[in-house]
Amino acid sequence: MRRHLKKTILSISAVAVFSTGLAANSWATTDIQWWHAMGGVNGERVNKIAESFNASQDEFKIVPVYKGNYTETMTAAIASFRAKKHPHIVQVFEVGTATMMAAKGAVYPVEEMMADSGIKLDKSAFLPAVISYYQTADGELLSMPFNSSTPVLWYNKDAFVKAGVTEVPKTWPEVFAASKKLVAAGYKGGFSFGWQSWVMIENYSAWHNIPMGTKENGFAGLDTQFTFNNKNVTDILSSIAKGQQDNLFLYGGRRGDSLPMFINQEVGMWINSSAYYGGIKKQAKFDFGQTMLPYSPDVINKPQNSIIGGATLWVLKGHAKEDYKGVSQFMNYLSSPEVQAWWHQETGYVPITKAAYELSKKEGFYEKNPGTDTAIKQLSLNTPTPNSKGVRFGNFVQVRDIINEEMEAIWNGSKTATEAMDDAVRRGDKLLRKFEKANR
Amino acid sequence: MIKRTHFKSSPLPYLLVAPQILITVAFFIWPASQAVYQSMLLEDPFGLKSEFIWFENYVLLFSDEIYFSTFLRTVVFSSLVAFLSLSIALLLAATADHVVRGTRTYRTLLIWPYAVAPVVAGTIWMFIFDPTLGIVSYFLHGIGYEWNHRLNGNQAMALIVLAATWKQISYNFLFFLAGMQAIPKSLIEAAAIDGAGPARRFWTIIFPLISPTTFFLMVMNIVYAFFETLGIVHAVTKGGPAKATEILVYKVFNDGFIGLDLGGSAAQSVILMLIVITLTVIQFRYIERKVEY
Repeated sequence: MRRHLKKTILSISAVAVFSTGLAANSWATTDIQWWHAMGGVNGERVNKIAESFNASQDEFKIVPVYKGNYTETMTAAIASFRAKKHPHIVQVFEVGTATMMAAKGAVYPVEEMMADSGIKLDKSAFLPAVISYYQTADGELLSMPFNSSTPVLWYNKDAFVKAGVTEVPKTWPEVFAASKKLVAAGYKGGFSFGWQSWVMIENYSAWHNIPMGTKENGFAGLDTQFTFNNKNVTDILSSIAKGQQDNLFLYGGRRGDSLPMFINQEVGMWINSSAYYGGIKKQAKFDFGQTMLPYSPDVINKPQNSIIGGATLWVLKGHAKEDYKGVSQFMNYLSSPEVQAWWHQETGYVPITKAAYELSKKEGFYEKNPGTDTAIKQLSLNTPTPNSKGVRFGNFVQVRDIINEEMEAIWNGSKTATEAMDDAVRRGDKLLRKFEKANR
Repeated sequence: MIKRTHFKSSPLPYLLVAPQILITVAFFIWPASQAVYQSMLLEDPFGLKSEFIWFENYVLLFSDEIYFSTFLRTVVFSSLVAFLSLSIALLLAATADHVVRGTRTYRTLLIWPYAVAPVVAGTIWMFIFDPTLGIVSYFLHGIGYEWNHRLNGNQAMALIVLAATWKQISYNFLFFLAGMQAIPKSLIEAAAIDGAGPARRFWTIIFPLISPTTFFLMVMNIVYAFFETLGIVHAVTKGGPAKATEILVYKVFNDGFIGLDLGGSAAQSVILMLIVITLTVIQFRYIERKVEY
């Protein structure tokens, strides 16, 4: 019995010694947790960025952790915050912005953090269309832009030749005309799109300089209301629904679900994020191009600018002050021209700083890959107006679901465009009021 | 003097039931009461500000016409899944009961799908029926039927019913087969000697004798269709198109974990809990009477 006890005490102390050893080891560098939503190839690129930052200094160690898709990552971060086990940095997609902004006690604004850590942040170096989405009304930058994209019109050059489409469409009537030729040439359909709320409501409105909601699309206050059931929006949606009868438009599902239709050459045009560049390049067995979004000439003579999608990095409060110095250094590293230009060229996301854009130009990237500067040109086509600097609505993840549902009701013929958009606005406003109440 | 038997009270019985009670409290009573409490809160996702609002979340829910249609849809979905998976499993079990050679292989193959996780099951069916890439939709197109569950709500519903049924058949099959093999062979042989054919033997002897199994499976299948099909819906349709496949449990998940509306989601889960409790009570009170043990 006594021998047994002795043995136990020995092993306990061994464990204790061992674990202090471990702890002492980890004091050498401070771990910074970074939760992100970049799976697959982009996940490897994220790891590469972290590795090269870690190699550049020996005080901090960035630990990137993949937490699933955007919604899963955001939910995981929020749940972990409630349990006080949250990461330092979390990647949140643009529709989560209003939710993150409202969480004042949880979020450490990037601009404030950089100032506290004594690292200079030059906001004028960033593209206005990118950072305006993430600034407060007073211009304070809340989160660090990381991966931003914007919808563009992807087209199949071979199909255009086969169908006799000589000019790349610039306007919606031209898109329909080209679609007719494609269908006549034997293609199953003319065009399709994904992320339909982002592409056809949010960006269509910004591109035509019309508001999607009151109060500067929600930037100027929580008491905002939706207005996207206006005639300009319902007109384009009804003409698309009408075009469905002749297969000019084929609906292929939410998010990126319709990509295979473009890859398999069922449709000749596809409107979706510029960030599909890597994927299309890898899979398409035809010559493809990208061009700016089409506009409706009866709504606007010249398009305004499109708005971004993608995600930014938010910093969460509640860690040691010293840690945030590391976070600031990392943010600084991340927005350096070299890292940004590399990230942009590899992924198709837009460069977030002017310097990164210039660097890519100098390296001859756009000459070797024509069309890859479409997104950035489109975002900076004009100085953003209150209608085109972005959208900031509460509960917007759910609102997008509502818009998806109502648009699907148009595509399957159960509602007219006007009915569907009226319903979407009515249901969306309810969620806005709920958000207003919870964040008063 | 009154004579009575006096038992010395002992803590032993309490100790013996304690683990069971602890488990119930920790895994049912505690979370359930948390859900009820959460359903009366209006809270931001981070839990920084919260306000007690009594039944406002419920009022909002019932004033939403969409909630009612979700409820009806769930009833349709659950009855279809329960009915189909029970009847197909019954048919398979009745046939398997007769198999003499290769019984083991046959049974093992039938049991396999049960080991598949719901999300994986959903993904398999999603690939088979993908409107652009799927093999079945390709054949359907060949015979002139357009399959596009991303647009057609009825097709989407059919697809999740199919996936959910397929996954549950194995479970039902196991229980039916065990039930049938517990029936004494002499009973069936006696009926056969009296001149009853296979169909008659099945409906007058086997079916009534396995009624406790059928009853148990019915309860389990309804609970399965109400709760465990979440993964299938998430993988196959995400509730679309235009809400055509949004069932109650998916709405709870979607509003809570995607929409981050915790109060509203908790209110829905409380209602879902009440529905299932009511259903189970009804089944035990009224249907169980018809069951012969």
